Amino acid sequence: MTRNGGSIRIDEARCTGDMACMRVCPTEAIRVRGGKARLLESRCIDCGECIRVCRPRAVSPVTNSFAELSRFDYRVALASPVIYGQFGPAASPERILAALEKAGFDCAVDSTQTCEAVSAAIGHYLRTSGGPRPLISCFCPTVLRLIEVRYPELIELVIPIESPKEILAREVRKAKARDLNLPEDRIGIIYLTPCPGKMLDVLERPGRRRSNVNGAIAISDIYRTVRSLLPIARGSGGGRPQISAVGLTWATLGGQTAFLPPEHRLEVAGLRNVERILTDIEMGKLRDVEYVELHTCPDGCVSGSLLVENPYVARGRILEIIGRLGPQPRERELAEFCEKGEYLADRNLSAQAPGALDLDVGRAISKIRRLEDIQQLVPNINCGACGAPSCTAFAEDVVREEAHLNDCVFMALSQLRAKHNQVVDVVREAKG
Amino acid sequence: MNGGTFRREFEVTGGDFYNAGRVSTEIKEILRQIGIAAPKIRRIAIAAYEAEMNIVMYARSGMVILQVTPEIVRLDVSDVGPGIENIELAMQEGYSTASEEMRALGFGAGMGLPNIKKNADRFEIRSEVGKGTTLEIEVNL
Repeated sequence: MTRNGGSIRIDEARCTGDMACMRVCPTEAIRVRGGKARLLESRCIDCGECIRVCRPRAVSPVTNSFAELSRFDYRVALASPVIYGQFGPAASPERILAALEKAGFDCAVDSTQTCEAVSAAIGHYLRTSGGPRPLISCFCPTVLRLIEVRYPELIELVIPIESPKEILAREVRKAKARDLNLPEDRIGIIYLTPCPGKMLDVLERPGRRRSNVNGAIAISDIYRTVRSLLPIARGSGGGRPQISAVGLTWATLGGQTAFLPPEHRLEVAGLRNVERILTDIEMGKLRDVEYVELHTCPDGCVSGSLLVENPYVARGRILEIIGRLGPQPRERELAEFCEKGEYLADRNLSAQAPGALDLDVGRAISKIRRLEDIQQLVPNINCGACGAPSCTAFAEDVVREEAHLNDCVFMALSQLRAKHNQVVDVVREAKG
Repeated sequence: MNGGTFRREFEVTGGDFYNAGRVSTEIKEILRQIGIAAPKIRRIAIAAYEAEMNIVMYARSGMVILQVTPEIVRLDVSDVGPGIENIELAMQEGYSTASEEMRALGFGAGMGLPNIKKNADRFEIRSEVGKGTTLEIEVNL
Protein backbone atom coordinates (compact mmCIF):
# COMPACT_ATOMS: atom_id res chain seq x y z
CA MET A 1 0.00 0.00 0.00
CA THR A 2 1.64 3.23 -1.05
CA ARG A 3 1.14 6.08 1.32
CA ASN A 4 3.05 9.18 0.64
CA GLY A 5 3.08 10.85 3.99
CA GLY A 6 0.42 10.05 6.56
CA SER A 7 -1.56 12.41 8.70
CA ILE A 8 0.80 12.02 11.63
CA ARG A 9 4.26 13.35 12.22
CA ILE A 10 6.65 12.26 14.97
CA ASP A 11 9.19 14.81 16.12
CA GLU A 12 12.32 12.83 17.00
CA ALA A 13 13.81 15.59 19.11
CA ARG A 14 10.77 15.63 21.38
CA CYS A 15 10.14 11.87 21.42
CA THR A 16 11.23 10.31 24.71
CA GLY A 17 10.46 6.76 23.62
CA ASP A 18 7.97 6.34 26.49
CA MET A 19 5.88 3.91 24.37
CA ALA A 20 2.53 5.48 25.26
CA CYS A 21 1.70 5.81 21.56
CA MET A 22 2.86 2.28 20.83
CA ARG A 23 0.62 0.83 23.52
CA VAL A 24 -2.48 2.76 22.53
CA CYS A 25 -2.24 2.21 18.75
CA PRO A 26 -5.18 0.00 17.73
CA THR A 27 -3.49 -1.41 14.64
CA GLU A 28 -0.03 -1.95 16.15
CA ALA A 29 1.45 0.55 13.71
CA ILE A 30 4.10 2.00 16.03
CA ARG A 31 7.47 0.56 17.05
CA VAL A 32 10.10 2.08 19.28
CA ARG A 33 13.55 1.62 17.80
CA GLY A 34 16.66 3.17 19.25
CA GLY A 35 14.54 4.96 21.83
CA LYS A 36 12.37 6.74 19.24
CA ALA A 37 8.86 6.00 18.03
CA ARG A 38 8.50 5.00 14.40
CA LEU A 39 5.29 4.82 12.41
CA LEU A 40 4.59 1.88 10.09
CA GLU A 41 2.53 3.86 7.64
CA SER A 42 0.97 0.96 5.82
CA ARG A 43 -0.82 0.01 9.05
CA CYS A 44 -1.74 3.49 10.27
CA ILE A 45 -5.44 4.32 10.08
CA ASP A 46 -5.07 8.00 11.07
CA CYS A 47 -7.20 7.62 14.20
CA GLY A 48 -5.11 10.11 16.17
CA GLU A 49 -4.99 8.06 19.39
CA CYS A 50 -1.20 8.55 19.49
CA ILE A 51 -1.63 12.32 19.36
CA ARG A 52 -3.98 12.19 22.32
CA VAL A 53 -1.64 10.21 24.58
CA CYS A 54 1.78 11.68 23.74
CA ARG A 55 2.90 13.62 26.82
CA PRO A 56 6.03 15.22 25.36
CA ARG A 57 3.82 16.22 22.37
CA ALA A 58 6.15 14.67 19.87
CA VAL A 59 3.24 13.32 17.81
CA SER A 60 1.32 15.92 15.89
CA PRO A 61 -1.11 15.99 12.98
CA VAL A 62 0.03 17.14 9.56
CA THR A 63 -2.09 20.20 8.83
CA ASN A 64 -2.11 23.22 6.61
CA SER A 65 -1.37 26.57 8.19
CA PHE A 66 -3.22 29.78 7.69
CA ALA A 67 -0.20 31.32 5.95
CA GLU A 68 -0.35 28.77 3.13
CA LEU A 69 -3.66 30.22 2.03
CA SER A 70 -2.08 33.36 0.61
CA ARG A 71 -1.48 31.57 -2.68
CA PHE A 72 -5.19 31.83 -3.50
CA ASP A 73 -7.08 34.91 -4.72
CA TYR A 74 -10.23 33.93 -2.88
CA ARG A 75 -10.40 31.79 0.25
CA VAL A 76 -13.44 29.80 1.30
CA ALA A 77 -13.80 28.08 4.69
CA LEU A 78 -15.98 24.96 4.71
CA ALA A 79 -17.43 24.70 8.20
CA SER A 80 -18.19 21.16 9.28
CA PRO A 81 -21.22 20.94 11.61
CA VAL A 82 -19.03 20.15 14.63
CA ILE A 83 -17.65 23.69 14.73
CA TYR A 84 -20.99 25.03 15.99
CA GLY A 85 -20.57 23.11 19.22
CA GLN A 86 -17.18 24.60 20.04
CA PHE A 87 -17.87 28.13 21.26
CA GLY A 88 -20.58 27.99 23.90
CA PRO A 89 -24.20 29.21 23.94
CA ALA A 90 -23.45 32.83 23.02
CA ALA A 91 -22.12 31.87 19.60
CA SER A 92 -24.84 31.15 17.05
CA PRO A 93 -23.84 29.34 13.85
CA GLU A 94 -24.30 32.59 11.91
CA ARG A 95 -21.99 34.40 14.28
CA ILE A 96 -19.32 31.70 14.03
CA LEU A 97 -19.41 31.91 10.24
CA ALA A 98 -19.13 35.70 10.44
CA ALA A 99 -16.14 35.40 12.79
CA LEU A 100 -14.43 33.08 10.30
CA GLU A 101 -14.89 35.74 7.66
CA LYS A 102 -13.25 38.27 9.96
CA ALA A 103 -10.41 35.82 10.61
CA GLY A 104 -9.11 35.98 7.06
CA PHE A 105 -11.46 33.89 4.95
CA ASP A 106 -13.27 35.72 2.18
CA CYS A 107 -16.27 33.54 2.71
CA ALA A 108 -17.37 30.91 5.27
CA VAL A 109 -19.82 28.30 4.02
CA ASP A 110 -22.13 26.21 6.17
CA SER A 111 -22.28 22.52 5.23
CA THR A 112 -25.37 21.32 7.13
CA GLN A 113 -27.72 21.50 4.12
CA THR A 114 -25.30 19.41 2.08
CA CYS A 115 -25.04 16.92 4.95
CA GLU A 116 -28.83 16.61 4.96
CA ALA A 117 -28.85 16.11 1.18
CA VAL A 118 -26.33 13.28 1.59
CA SER A 119 -28.55 11.69 4.28
CA ALA A 120 -31.35 11.72 1.72
CA ALA A 121 -28.98 10.30 -0.91
CA ILE A 122 -28.16 7.37 1.39
CA GLY A 123 -31.87 6.51 1.60
CA HIS A 124 -32.26 6.95 -2.15
CA TYR A 125 -29.30 4.71 -2.94
CA LEU A 126 -30.54 1.97 -0.59
CA ARG A 127 -34.00 2.04 -2.20
CA THR A 128 -32.73 1.99 -5.77
CA SER A 129 -29.76 -0.39 -5.67
CA GLY A 130 -29.57 -4.13 -5.22
CA GLY A 131 -26.65 -6.22 -4.01
CA PRO A 132 -25.42 -7.42 -0.64
CA ARG A 133 -26.32 -5.76 2.65
CA PRO A 134 -25.65 -4.15 5.02
CA LEU A 135 -23.89 -1.27 3.31
CA ILE A 136 -21.26 0.52 5.35
CA SER A 137 -20.94 4.27 5.75
CA CYS A 138 -17.94 5.92 4.17
CA PHE A 139 -17.73 9.34 5.81
CA CYS A 140 -15.24 8.57 8.56
CA PRO A 141 -11.87 8.27 6.76
CA THR A 142 -10.45 6.34 9.69
CA VAL A 143 -13.16 3.70 9.31
CA LEU A 144 -12.29 3.43 5.62
CA ARG A 145 -8.61 3.01 6.44
CA LEU A 146 -9.52 0.40 9.06
CA ILE A 147 -11.51 -1.50 6.43
CA GLU A 148 -8.59 -1.34 3.98
CA VAL A 149 -6.09 -2.50 6.57
CA ARG A 150 -8.09 -5.00 8.62
CA TYR A 151 -11.32 -5.85 6.75
CA PRO A 152 -10.51 -5.73 3.03
CA GLU A 153 -13.23 -8.36 2.51
CA LEU A 154 -15.80 -5.65 3.26
CA ILE A 155 -14.67 -3.07 0.70
CA GLU A 156 -17.49 -4.06 -1.65
CA LEU A 157 -20.00 -3.13 1.06
CA VAL A 158 -18.83 0.47 1.40
CA ILE A 159 -21.61 2.71 0.08
CA PRO A 160 -20.39 4.62 -3.02
CA ILE A 161 -21.55 8.06 -1.95
CA GLU A 162 -19.55 11.26 -2.02
CA SER A 163 -18.88 13.06 1.25
CA PRO A 164 -20.68 16.35 1.97
CA LYS A 165 -17.44 18.31 1.96
CA GLU A 166 -16.53 17.10 -1.54
CA ILE A 167 -20.00 17.82 -2.95
CA LEU A 168 -20.10 21.23 -1.33
CA ALA A 169 -16.57 22.14 -2.43
CA ARG A 170 -17.45 21.23 -6.02
CA GLU A 171 -20.58 23.42 -5.94
CA VAL A 172 -18.97 26.34 -4.15
CA ARG A 173 -15.98 26.41 -6.51
CA LYS A 174 -18.23 26.53 -9.56
CA ALA A 175 -20.51 29.18 -8.10
CA LYS A 176 -17.69 31.43 -6.88
CA ALA A 177 -15.74 31.18 -10.13
CA ARG A 178 -18.86 32.27 -11.99
CA ASP A 179 -19.88 35.05 -9.61
CA LEU A 180 -16.40 36.50 -9.17
CA ASN A 181 -15.22 35.83 -12.71
CA LEU A 182 -12.13 33.99 -11.43
CA PRO A 183 -10.41 30.87 -12.76
CA GLU A 184 -11.48 27.87 -10.65
CA ASP A 185 -7.92 27.17 -9.51
CA ARG A 186 -7.56 30.65 -7.96
CA ILE A 187 -10.21 29.74 -5.42
CA GLY A 188 -8.90 28.03 -2.30
CA ILE A 189 -11.38 25.85 -0.49
CA ILE A 190 -10.28 24.98 3.00
CA TYR A 191 -11.97 22.45 5.23
CA LEU A 192 -12.02 23.10 8.95
CA THR A 193 -11.39 19.65 10.29
CA PRO A 194 -12.20 17.99 13.61
CA CYS A 195 -9.72 15.13 13.13
CA PRO A 196 -6.48 14.04 11.42
CA GLY A 197 -8.38 11.47 9.35
CA LYS A 198 -10.39 14.08 7.49
CA MET A 199 -7.24 16.12 7.12
CA LEU A 200 -5.60 13.32 5.22
CA ASP A 201 -8.74 12.75 3.18
CA VAL A 202 -8.10 16.14 1.62
CA LEU A 203 -4.35 15.87 0.98
CA GLU A 204 -3.21 14.71 -2.39
CA ARG A 205 -1.87 11.18 -2.42
CA PRO A 206 -0.89 8.72 -5.11
CA GLY A 207 -3.56 6.18 -5.94
CA ARG A 208 -6.31 8.37 -4.57
CA ARG A 209 -8.72 10.53 -6.47
CA ARG A 210 -8.07 14.22 -6.19
CA SER A 211 -10.08 16.06 -3.59
CA ASN A 212 -12.16 19.12 -4.48
CA VAL A 213 -10.86 20.63 -1.26
CA ASN A 214 -7.48 22.40 -1.36
CA GLY A 215 -6.43 22.06 2.24
CA ALA A 216 -7.49 21.49 5.80
CA ILE A 217 -6.96 23.43 8.99
CA ALA A 218 -7.49 21.91 12.41
CA ILE A 219 -10.36 23.51 14.30
CA SER A 220 -8.05 23.60 17.32
CA ASP A 221 -5.62 25.75 15.29
CA ILE A 222 -8.17 28.46 14.48
CA TYR A 223 -10.01 28.20 17.79
CA ARG A 224 -8.33 31.12 19.53
CA THR A 225 -8.62 33.49 16.58
CA VAL A 226 -12.31 32.73 16.06
CA ARG A 227 -13.05 32.95 19.77
CA SER A 228 -11.46 36.40 19.98
CA LEU A 229 -13.43 37.67 16.98
CA LEU A 230 -16.83 36.40 18.11
CA PRO A 231 -17.72 39.52 20.15
CA ILE A 232 -17.31 41.80 17.14
CA ALA A 233 -18.73 39.39 14.55
CA ARG A 234 -22.35 39.97 13.59
CA GLY A 235 -24.39 37.12 12.20
CA SER A 236 -25.72 38.70 9.05
CA GLY A 237 -29.12 37.03 9.58
CA GLY A 238 -30.40 37.20 6.02
CA GLY A 239 -28.21 36.18 3.12
CA ARG A 240 -27.07 32.90 4.61
CA PRO A 241 -29.02 29.70 3.94
CA GLN A 242 -30.77 28.21 6.93
CA ILE A 243 -28.90 25.74 9.13
CA SER A 244 -30.30 22.23 8.67
CA ALA A 245 -31.26 20.25 11.76
CA VAL A 246 -30.60 16.88 10.10
CA GLY A 247 -27.28 18.22 8.85
CA LEU A 248 -26.32 19.33 12.35
CA THR A 249 -26.91 15.78 13.57
CA TRP A 250 -23.87 14.81 11.48
CA ALA A 251 -21.78 16.26 14.31
CA THR A 252 -22.97 13.49 16.60
CA LEU A 253 -24.63 10.16 15.75
CA GLY A 254 -27.58 9.34 13.53
CA GLY A 255 -27.18 12.13 10.96
CA GLN A 256 -26.49 9.78 8.09
CA THR A 257 -29.35 7.49 9.00
CA ALA A 258 -31.92 10.24 9.63
CA PHE A 259 -34.14 9.13 6.74
CA LEU A 260 -33.88 5.37 7.30
CA PRO A 261 -36.38 3.26 9.27
CA PRO A 262 -34.93 2.35 12.70
CA GLU A 263 -35.22 -1.41 12.14
CA HIS A 264 -32.86 -1.30 9.16
CA ARG A 265 -30.09 0.89 10.48
CA LEU A 266 -27.37 0.91 13.11
CA GLU A 267 -25.18 3.70 14.45
CA VAL A 268 -21.91 2.57 15.98
CA ALA A 269 -19.19 4.75 17.48
CA GLY A 270 -15.80 4.09 19.03
CA LEU A 271 -13.01 2.14 17.45
CA ARG A 272 -13.48 -1.09 19.44
CA ASN A 273 -17.21 -1.08 18.77
CA VAL A 274 -16.63 -0.45 15.09
CA GLU A 275 -14.21 -3.39 14.98
CA ARG A 276 -16.79 -5.60 16.65
CA ILE A 277 -19.56 -4.67 14.23
CA LEU A 278 -17.27 -5.11 11.21
CA THR A 279 -16.37 -8.58 12.46
CA ASP A 280 -20.07 -9.40 12.76
CA ILE A 281 -20.74 -8.14 9.24
CA GLU A 282 -17.84 -10.22 8.02
CA MET A 283 -19.34 -13.36 9.51
CA GLY A 284 -22.64 -12.62 7.85
CA LYS A 285 -24.37 -11.97 11.17
CA LEU A 286 -26.29 -8.76 10.44
CA ARG A 287 -28.91 -10.07 8.10
CA ASP A 288 -31.74 -7.57 8.49
CA VAL A 289 -29.67 -4.40 8.63
CA GLU A 290 -29.52 -2.23 5.51
CA TYR A 291 -27.02 0.40 6.59
CA VAL A 292 -24.48 0.92 9.34
CA GLU A 293 -23.21 4.37 10.25
CA LEU A 294 -19.72 4.04 11.70
CA HIS A 295 -17.52 6.48 13.58
CA THR A 296 -14.13 5.73 15.13
CA CYS A 297 -14.45 8.59 17.60
CA PRO A 298 -16.43 7.58 20.69
CA ASP A 299 -19.31 10.05 20.25
CA GLY A 300 -19.07 10.74 16.56
CA CYS A 301 -17.25 13.69 15.00
CA VAL A 302 -17.95 15.89 18.01
CA SER A 303 -15.22 13.95 19.84
CA GLY A 304 -12.58 14.38 17.13
CA SER A 305 -9.03 14.80 18.39
CA LEU A 306 -8.51 18.26 16.85
CA LEU A 307 -11.39 19.89 18.73
CA VAL A 308 -11.22 22.02 21.84
CA GLU A 309 -14.57 21.82 23.65
CA ASN A 310 -15.40 18.83 25.86
CA PRO A 311 -17.29 16.44 23.53
CA TYR A 312 -20.31 16.08 25.82
CA VAL A 313 -20.64 19.82 26.26
CA ALA A 314 -20.26 20.24 22.49
CA ARG A 315 -22.94 17.64 21.81
CA GLY A 316 -25.28 19.38 24.24
CA ARG A 317 -24.69 22.63 22.42
CA ILE A 318 -25.44 21.01 19.04
CA LEU A 319 -28.68 19.51 20.41
CA GLU A 320 -29.61 22.92 21.79
CA ILE A 321 -29.19 24.55 18.38
CA ILE A 322 -31.23 21.78 16.77
CA GLY A 323 -33.98 22.31 19.34
CA ARG A 324 -34.29 25.94 18.38
CA LEU A 325 -34.65 25.33 14.64
CA GLY A 326 -38.22 25.32 13.36
CA PRO A 327 -39.73 22.81 10.93
CA GLN A 328 -37.74 22.52 7.72
CA PRO A 329 -39.78 21.16 4.84
CA ARG A 330 -37.21 20.41 2.16
CA GLU A 331 -38.67 17.25 0.60
CA ARG A 332 -38.78 18.69 -2.92
CA GLU A 333 -35.20 19.96 -2.88
CA LEU A 334 -33.91 16.70 -1.43
CA ALA A 335 -35.81 14.60 -3.98
CA GLU A 336 -34.36 16.72 -6.79
CA PHE A 337 -30.85 16.30 -5.40
CA CYS A 338 -31.29 12.52 -5.26
CA GLU A 339 -32.79 12.25 -8.73
CA LYS A 340 -29.81 14.04 -10.27
CA GLY A 341 -27.66 11.18 -8.97
CA GLU A 342 -24.55 13.36 -8.70
CA TYR A 343 -23.90 12.08 -5.21
CA LEU A 344 -22.24 8.87 -6.42
CA ALA A 345 -18.51 8.45 -5.89
CA ASP A 346 -15.94 5.77 -6.44
CA ARG A 347 -14.00 5.56 -3.21
CA ASN A 348 -11.14 3.71 -4.86
CA LEU A 349 -10.25 1.66 -1.80
CA SER A 350 -7.43 -0.80 -2.18
CA ALA A 351 -7.59 -4.29 -0.77
CA GLN A 352 -3.89 -5.02 -0.49
CA ALA A 353 -3.59 -6.63 2.90
CA PRO A 354 -0.61 -5.25 4.80
CA GLY A 355 -1.13 -8.13 7.25
CA ALA A 356 0.25 -10.74 4.85
CA LEU A 357 3.60 -12.19 5.96
CA ASP A 358 4.66 -12.78 2.35
CA LEU A 359 3.25 -12.07 -1.08
CA ASP A 360 3.67 -15.73 -1.99
CA VAL A 361 1.18 -18.01 -0.23
CA GLY A 362 3.64 -20.91 -0.01
CA ARG A 363 6.29 -18.76 1.60
CA ALA A 364 3.70 -17.13 3.87
CA ILE A 365 2.73 -20.61 5.09
CA SER A 366 6.33 -21.39 6.08
CA LYS A 367 6.55 -18.00 7.75
CA ILE A 368 3.38 -18.49 9.76
CA ARG A 369 4.73 -21.83 10.98
CA ARG A 370 7.93 -20.10 12.04
CA LEU A 371 5.77 -17.46 13.69
CA GLU A 372 4.12 -20.16 15.78
CA ASP A 373 7.55 -21.50 16.79
CA ILE A 374 8.69 -18.06 17.90
CA GLN A 375 5.48 -17.55 19.84
CA GLN A 376 6.40 -20.63 21.85
CA LEU A 377 9.79 -19.11 22.70
CA VAL A 378 8.86 -15.56 23.69
CA PRO A 379 7.50 -14.92 27.20
CA ASN A 380 4.07 -13.65 26.04
CA ILE A 381 3.86 -11.03 28.76
CA ASN A 382 3.76 -8.11 26.29
CA CYS A 383 6.29 -6.03 28.23
CA GLY A 384 7.12 -3.89 25.20
CA ALA A 385 10.83 -3.63 26.03
CA CYS A 386 11.70 -4.88 22.54
CA GLY A 387 9.90 -1.90 21.04
CA ALA A 388 6.90 -3.85 19.76
CA PRO A 389 3.47 -3.52 21.40
CA SER A 390 2.98 -7.25 22.00
CA CYS A 391 4.92 -10.51 21.86
CA THR A 392 2.77 -11.49 18.88
CA ALA A 393 3.67 -8.29 17.04
CA PHE A 394 7.34 -8.87 17.93
CA ALA A 395 7.21 -12.44 16.60
CA GLU A 396 5.74 -11.07 13.36
CA ASP A 397 8.49 -8.46 13.14
CA VAL A 398 11.11 -11.23 13.53
CA VAL A 399 9.50 -13.33 10.80
CA ARG A 400 9.39 -10.27 8.55
CA GLU A 401 13.07 -9.70 9.41
CA GLU A 402 12.32 -6.30 10.86
CA ALA A 403 13.51 -7.32 14.33
CA HIS A 404 15.98 -9.80 15.76
CA LEU A 405 15.05 -12.50 18.27
CA ASN A 406 17.66 -11.08 20.67
CA ASP A 407 15.83 -7.74 20.77
CA CYS A 408 13.65 -9.55 23.30
CA VAL A 409 15.36 -9.10 26.67
CA PHE A 410 14.17 -12.52 27.80
CA MET A 411 15.63 -14.22 24.75
CA ALA A 412 18.89 -12.32 25.17
CA LEU A 413 18.99 -13.21 28.87
CA SER A 414 18.51 -16.93 28.28
CA GLN A 415 21.27 -16.87 25.68
CA LEU A 416 23.52 -15.12 28.13
CA ARG A 417 22.67 -17.68 30.79
CA ALA A 418 23.49 -20.53 28.43
CA LYS A 419 26.85 -18.90 27.66
CA HIS A 420 27.50 -18.33 31.36
CA ASN A 421 26.79 -21.98 32.13
CA GLN A 422 29.15 -23.06 29.35
CA VAL A 423 31.92 -20.95 30.87
CA VAL A 424 31.19 -22.31 34.35
CA ASP A 425 31.41 -25.84 32.97
CA VAL A 426 34.72 -25.14 31.28
CA VAL A 427 36.17 -23.59 34.43
CA ARG A 428 34.91 -26.50 36.54
CA GLU A 429 36.49 -29.00 34.17
CA ALA A 430 39.78 -27.10 34.18
CA LYS A 431 39.80 -27.12 37.97
CA GLY A 432 39.30 -30.84 37.77
CA MET B 1 -1.96 -32.04 1.81
CA ASN B 2 1.70 -32.48 2.64
CA GLY B 3 4.93 -30.44 3.06
CA GLY B 4 3.71 -26.87 2.68
CA THR B 5 0.62 -27.21 4.80
CA PHE B 6 -0.41 -25.00 7.69
CA ARG B 7 -2.56 -26.84 10.20
CA ARG B 8 -4.23 -25.80 13.39
CA GLU B 9 -6.90 -27.27 15.63
CA PHE B 10 -9.49 -25.31 17.54
CA GLU B 11 -11.81 -26.54 20.26
CA VAL B 12 -15.38 -25.30 20.45
CA THR B 13 -17.55 -25.73 23.54
CA GLY B 14 -21.28 -26.34 23.13
CA GLY B 15 -23.47 -23.66 24.71
CA ASP B 16 -20.57 -21.24 25.19
CA PHE B 17 -22.14 -18.17 23.59
CA TYR B 18 -19.65 -15.93 25.35
CA ASN B 19 -16.79 -17.16 23.20
CA ALA B 20 -18.86 -17.92 20.12
CA GLY B 21 -17.24 -16.53 17.00
CA ARG B 22 -13.69 -16.50 18.36
CA VAL B 23 -12.54 -19.49 16.35
CA SER B 24 -13.76 -18.03 13.07
CA THR B 25 -12.15 -14.70 13.92
CA GLU B 26 -8.84 -16.45 14.59
CA ILE B 27 -9.14 -18.40 11.35
CA LYS B 28 -9.74 -15.17 9.47
CA GLU B 29 -6.69 -13.60 11.10
CA ILE B 30 -4.49 -16.55 10.06
CA LEU B 31 -5.73 -16.42 6.48
CA ARG B 32 -4.97 -12.72 6.39
CA GLN B 33 -1.40 -13.36 7.55
CA ILE B 34 -1.01 -16.00 4.89
CA GLY B 35 -2.15 -13.43 2.35
CA ILE B 36 -5.29 -15.14 1.03
CA ALA B 37 -7.31 -12.85 -1.24
CA ALA B 38 -10.02 -10.86 0.55
CA PRO B 39 -13.13 -12.32 -1.20
CA LYS B 40 -11.94 -15.87 -0.41
CA ILE B 41 -11.30 -14.96 3.21
CA ARG B 42 -14.86 -13.67 3.44
CA ARG B 43 -16.32 -16.94 2.12
CA ILE B 44 -14.20 -19.05 4.44
CA ALA B 45 -14.93 -16.80 7.42
CA ILE B 46 -18.68 -17.06 6.86
CA ALA B 47 -18.53 -20.86 6.49
CA ALA B 48 -16.32 -21.15 9.58
CA TYR B 49 -18.64 -18.93 11.59
CA GLU B 50 -21.76 -20.89 10.65
CA ALA B 51 -20.02 -24.17 11.47
CA GLU B 52 -18.77 -22.82 14.78
CA MET B 53 -22.23 -21.52 15.68
CA ASN B 54 -23.82 -24.88 14.88
CA ILE B 55 -21.56 -26.50 17.47
CA VAL B 56 -22.25 -23.78 20.05
CA MET B 57 -26.01 -24.01 19.49
CA TYR B 58 -26.61 -27.75 19.19
CA ALA B 59 -23.60 -29.86 20.18
CA ARG B 60 -21.83 -30.76 23.45
CA SER B 61 -18.40 -30.05 22.10
CA GLY B 62 -16.60 -29.91 18.82
CA MET B 63 -13.40 -29.34 16.93
CA VAL B 64 -12.46 -27.26 13.92
CA ILE B 65 -9.30 -28.20 12.03
CA LEU B 66 -7.94 -25.62 9.63
CA GLN B 67 -5.54 -26.66 6.89
CA VAL B 68 -4.05 -24.31 4.32
CA THR B 69 -1.89 -25.05 1.29
CA PRO B 70 -1.12 -22.75 -1.64
CA GLU B 71 -3.99 -24.48 -3.49
CA ILE B 72 -6.73 -24.94 -0.96
CA VAL B 73 -8.21 -23.98 2.40
CA ARG B 74 -9.89 -26.83 4.19
CA LEU B 75 -11.99 -26.95 7.34
CA ASP B 76 -12.80 -30.22 9.05
CA VAL B 77 -15.51 -29.69 11.60
CA SER B 78 -16.65 -32.45 13.91
CA ASP B 79 -18.89 -32.42 16.94
CA VAL B 80 -20.18 -34.67 19.68
CA GLY B 81 -23.89 -34.02 19.83
CA PRO B 82 -27.39 -34.99 18.81
CA GLY B 83 -26.61 -35.37 15.12
CA ILE B 84 -29.02 -34.54 12.31
CA GLU B 85 -31.95 -36.84 11.55
CA ASN B 86 -32.74 -35.68 8.04
CA ILE B 87 -29.77 -34.07 6.33
CA GLU B 88 -31.70 -33.31 3.16
CA LEU B 89 -34.22 -31.33 5.16
CA ALA B 90 -31.50 -29.58 7.16
CA MET B 91 -29.87 -28.42 3.94
CA GLN B 92 -33.02 -26.52 2.91
CA GLU B 93 -32.96 -22.77 3.47
CA GLY B 94 -35.21 -21.73 6.31
CA TYR B 95 -35.45 -25.17 7.89
CA SER B 96 -34.44 -25.04 11.52
CA THR B 97 -34.83 -27.01 14.71
CA ALA B 98 -33.77 -24.05 16.84
CA SER B 99 -35.84 -23.26 19.93
CA GLU B 100 -37.94 -20.11 20.17
CA GLU B 101 -35.39 -18.75 22.61
CA MET B 102 -32.52 -19.13 20.16
CA ARG B 103 -34.51 -17.58 17.35
CA ALA B 104 -35.30 -14.62 19.55
CA LEU B 105 -31.54 -14.18 19.92
CA GLY B 106 -31.23 -14.08 16.17
CA PHE B 107 -29.90 -17.60 15.76
CA GLY B 108 -31.37 -20.62 14.06
CA ALA B 109 -32.78 -18.90 10.99
CA GLY B 110 -32.21 -22.13 9.13
CA MET B 111 -29.54 -20.56 6.98
CA GLY B 112 -26.48 -22.17 8.56
CA LEU B 113 -25.80 -25.30 6.52
CA PRO B 114 -27.08 -23.90 3.19
CA ASN B 115 -24.89 -20.87 3.79
CA ILE B 116 -21.81 -23.04 4.35
CA LYS B 117 -22.53 -24.93 1.16
CA LYS B 118 -23.06 -21.70 -0.77
CA ASN B 119 -19.65 -20.39 0.29
CA ALA B 120 -17.69 -23.62 -0.23
CA ASP B 121 -16.25 -25.12 -3.43
CA ARG B 122 -16.65 -28.57 -1.92
CA PHE B 123 -18.91 -29.43 0.97
CA GLU B 124 -19.64 -32.77 2.59
CA ILE B 125 -21.72 -33.57 5.59
CA ARG B 126 -22.11 -36.80 7.56
CA SER B 127 -24.14 -37.27 10.66
CA GLU B 128 -25.12 -40.01 13.05
CA VAL B 129 -28.11 -39.45 15.31
CA GLY B 130 -27.08 -39.45 18.96
CA LYS B 131 -23.38 -39.26 18.11
CA GLY B 132 -22.56 -36.17 16.13
CA THR B 133 -21.93 -34.47 12.83
CA THR B 134 -18.86 -33.93 10.67
CA LEU B 135 -18.39 -31.37 7.92
CA GLU B 136 -15.73 -31.11 5.25
CA ILE B 137 -15.47 -27.66 3.76
CA GLU B 138 -13.05 -26.69 1.02
CA VAL B 139 -12.40 -23.44 -0.78
CA ASN B 140 -10.01 -23.48 -3.73
CA LEU B 141 -7.41 -20.73 -3.89
